[in-house]
Amino acid sequence: MIDKRVTSCAAAVAKIKDGDTVMIGGFGEAGSPIELIHALIDHGAKNLTVVNNNTGSGRVGLAALIENGQVAKMICSYPRTANSTVFPELYHAGKIELELVPQGTLAERIRAGGAGVPAFYTPTSVGTPLAAGKESRTFEEQEYVMERAIKADFALIQAKQADRYGNLTFNKTARNFAPIMAMAATHTLVQTNEMVELGEIDPENVITPGIFVNQIVEVSNPLQESTLVKEGVVYP
Amino acid sequence: MSQQTVQLGWSREQMAQRCAQDIKDGSYVNLGIGIPEKVAQYVPAGREVIYHTENGLLGMGTEPSAEELDPDLINAGKKPVTAIDGAAYFHHGDSFAMIRGKHIDICVLGAMQVSEQGDLANWSTGAPDAIPAVGGAMDLVAGVKTIYIITQHTTKTGAAKILPECTFPLTGQGVVNRIYSDLAVIDVTEKGLVLIELAPNISFDYVQQKTGVSLINALKQE
Repeated sequence: MIDKRVTSCAAAVAKIKDGDTVMIGGFGEAGSPIELIHALIDHGAKNLTVVNNNTGSGRVGLAALIENGQVAKMICSYPRTANSTVFPELYHAGKIELELVPQGTLAERIRAGGAGVPAFYTPTSVGTPLAAGKESRTFEEQEYVMERAIKADFALIQAKQADRYGNLTFNKTARNFAPIMAMAATHTLVQTNEMVELGEIDPENVITPGIFVNQIVEVSNPLQESTLVKEGVVYP
Repeated sequence: MSQQTVQLGWSREQMAQRCAQDIKDGSYVNLGIGIPEKVAQYVPAGREVIYHTENGLLGMGTEPSAEELDPDLINAGKKPVTAIDGAAYFHHGDSFAMIRGKHIDICVLGAMQVSEQGDLANWSTGAPDAIPAVGGAMDLVAGVKTIYIITQHTTKTGAAKILPECTFPLTGQGVVNRIYSDLAVIDVTEKGLVLIELAPNISFDYVQQKTGVSLINALKQE
């Protein structure tokens, strides 16, 4: 029997080790798996490399994970956002490393990681400081930069619906990086707003097929990052 | 406007309005954060335009009412938006395939500097203590077919932003097609920068004075 359901976020994140690379879904708060991130804070794994488009806001979710000293390096496209103070302070103090990647290159590096493609050529960043030191090649009279795939030990993502095989649907723009991160990680952990029976998701409407998912926990009323930030909540 | 006021140049709204005249019916368009976002409200009636936002939506609509607001439905600037009838959601890999794969027709962006060759700098001043942040700007200029820039003609201190070479780190090389400033509309061409339109009560000589490179005057009567 295939049953990827687990009963708690703590059980889902239990195998994350010090030094692991962890992809975290979300674009700002949309799609951020905040309960799984908080479980990772409780779990305590350190020296992590985290892949996310941003660096979190306020002192909850991803920002709290960084503030708790668990992240050695961020791979992201836009580390500054409104209400983002934790990352800038640590960055200026030299306490956290940053690998800045154009957003589309970040997405394609993740997609490539999940698709068995070790590297690819892209027109993005040619002639800019972000292409410095990278291999380049000319195809049909245009220059391209070589970019390497990114893989991860774990991906933490949020879904709208999941069944026990791990088939997933998402809500609107909360989908963002989740499907490609699910493909690029050895272990994909999902928090879903709703667990449904097999067959309830029409196969035509499955966005992430269950083969890319390892463990699922139901969190029916997830916390909303912007609400917590407004209330000044600090996690833990 | 009172009769005593003589309008000099275009306001920010008017720059967006002028740019909107050049968005053709049937275009797929990506609007950058800030003034470029305003272009959508000025596209002439009767033109059907589909707005792309790189965080995974084609068919972005207007700002939501309080009842419509959903924190899972946002634009690239992380502001709440709506989706029109006929909209589509997709993941980041597909979204940037649309961009890099040259499927998006027009992107409107802001600028810190633009060079004579159409190089664009709009993501970093290169200051050593600044936290670098690039987002999707480099992908957009590398992949979208036509790049329009809306910008003040000079910096707040009056320095030229249109220059022989950008001094700030580049976003892309030779990517800009047209500049809409508060003073003029300028095309980037193989012959150089061509001024094609002047804002109200602005002379060519005045624009030339505020520009770091020689402009070709397409309005000159032979």
